[in-house]
Amino acid sequence: MTLVAGADLVQEGAAPRRPRGGGFGRYALGKVLGSLGSLVFLLVVNFFLFRVLPGDPARTLGRGRFTTEEQLEAFNRNYGLDQPLGEQFLTYLRNTLSGDLGVSLRYRVPVSDLIVDRLGPTLLLVGTSTLLAALIGIWLGIRGAWRRGGAFDRFSTSASLTLYSMPEWWLGLLLIAVLAVGIGPLPGLFPTGGLHSVDADPWSVAGVLDTARHLALPVLTLTLAYLADYALVMRSSLLDEMGEDYLTTARAKGLRDVAVRNRHAVPNALLPTTTVVALNFGFVVAGAITVETVFSIPGLGLLATEALSVPDYWVLQGTFLVASAAVILANLAANLVYGLLDPRVRA
Amino acid sequence: MSGLLSVRDLKVAYRTDEGDVVALRGVDLDVRRGEVLGVAGESGCGKSTLASTVLRLHPATARVSGSVLVDGADVLTMRWGDLRALRWAGASIVFQGALHSLNSVRRIGTQIAEPIRLHEPEVGRAELDRRVGELLEQVGLPASRRTAYPHQLSGGQRQRVMIAMALACRPSLVIADEPTTALDVMVQAQVLSLLSGLVRELGVGMVLISHDLAVLRQVCDRIAVMYAGRVVEEGPAQEVFGAALHPYAAALSSAFPRIGDPASRYAPAGLAGDPPDLRLALEGCSFAPRCPRAVDRCTAVDPPLEEHAPDRAAACIRVGEP
Repeated sequence: MTLVAGADLVQEGAAPRRPRGGGFGRYALGKVLGSLGSLVFLLVVNFFLFRVLPGDPARTLGRGRFTTEEQLEAFNRNYGLDQPLGEQFLTYLRNTLSGDLGVSLRYRVPVSDLIVDRLGPTLLLVGTSTLLAALIGIWLGIRGAWRRGGAFDRFSTSASLTLYSMPEWWLGLLLIAVLAVGIGPLPGLFPTGGLHSVDADPWSVAGVLDTARHLALPVLTLTLAYLADYALVMRSSLLDEMGEDYLTTARAKGLRDVAVRNRHAVPNALLPTTTVVALNFGFVVAGAITVETVFSIPGLGLLATEALSVPDYWVLQGTFLVASAAVILANLAANLVYGLLDPRVRA
Repeated sequence: MSGLLSVRDLKVAYRTDEGDVVALRGVDLDVRRGEVLGVAGESGCGKSTLASTVLRLHPATARVSGSVLVDGADVLTMRWGDLRALRWAGASIVFQGALHSLNSVRRIGTQIAEPIRLHEPEVGRAELDRRVGELLEQVGLPASRRTAYPHQLSGGQRQRVMIAMALACRPSLVIADEPTTALDVMVQAQVLSLLSGLVRELGVGMVLISHDLAVLRQVCDRIAVMYAGRVVEEGPAQEVFGAALHPYAAALSSAFPRIGDPASRYAPAGLAGDPPDLRLALEGCSFAPRCPRAVDRCTAVDPPLEEHAPDRAAACIRVGEP
């Protein structure tokens, strides 16, 4: 066909900027290197944090039982605390990198074993809750924002705010009182705590159902508590998109309202929400200290609280390390997913 | 030539906290098949409201009366299903800012293909790819650019993508709402000649909305000049531009000096005052307060748009008076 503006037109089109094939690779590499840097920094901080804490491990742990100087010295020698700080740091680095996080003062077992044992229940509880909360919250946010000011929006926003302002442990106690203990004629439907019944084999079908019944209330508690975050973020980012011109374009193309929402508005609005979701998945490993305590779930949160009361320095150091590393990795995941969802950040 | 777009007594008011803002106060327009109609006027005269109302894209809070017939069917009263079928396949829009009018997280090829897939679901994958490639080449972009995202293109290239998208379903009417305003002057000229060239070649009717009368004169068959929500003059482009009947149209055209015309260099350009506040009811001719030719009678009656010569209409009671 003949073009009206002739040569200059073709020139502008024919000299396009190079398509960025390696855009995502380069972006991802940068983010991975950044995360590695953060991990190294974390290793250093994690060591010195526990060295500058006030108190002498030998004296605190002895609680008066180590009466003689010889006993104190023996304790320090045993745990390498008599070495110079530089020496201790190198030992710490070597051990940590080989997976040795020390031995628990209280349980007398390797900290890494303790963490692996406690990881399962925490992942099950907090992971399930985060996933459920993200799905339900995003759905609430989308529905509310699209019909802003409607009955659904008003109800879901005020419900979200109420749940958001409620302490998790208090919500947990309420649910225990109503659904586990039972109120008036209402019988207790769920167990008050624990991960499974004492006599249940967790790997049988009955055992799985038993675990599910035990987890119902804590998962409900955490889901309700986390929900608002996602609902409110999703709602506000979708509201930000709603005045945008590309939605008018989509409508002008003849798309149905639902298609305008799902194909155009939601993918753009999901971007800020992705960050929140991914970061919260990082906090899964930190456990849910209050809810694990209220429901006696033997997870990492409970492990850390118990260690704090001893204080079990090596367990604390280990759980801190694992929890912080999880947040860094989740942050990395957030960045990578963001890069996939939004072509602009790759450039 | 049959009537493609016919707007009759179109009135649009937006409800706001400070009362109603009347954006259109009775607009009549006609576009014949394959004809390019320019709509000129300063900011706030209702040009963009007109553009969005033609496809019923105005906000739900707007109150609309009158009729907008596209191919004889009234857009304002038709059923949603019919309206969705008409949108883009019958009449499409080229919006002003292509950066915001394109979805930034989707490839441009996908966005161009979207209306085809919607309105012609029978089109297969290979055929769809071919058509998207053709459309891109038609606007002077290589077909391989289909995988680009909007941010990877320049402003001019993005506007070309908008044009390719507008032509995707071979509509019989294209509304171009200030399609070149966001571009620099050189690119403006390219995009404009591309748009008008394609429109002529494909025999598409177009409403080209712009505040730039010089742009409209280049491209349009006829021009309608709007002021404060009404058409105040309408006629063949050269005549409206060269010998305006309405004092506002005359002022507007003298604001764009013609190269090589020494008279226009010394002619007083510009217009004192501001357009009227559209929240208030207007009495008499809306232009009277700024009009150099206004007399007492002008504030008494709102002059209707009347034909003063064949195909020349103006809304001024002093046309033909000395």
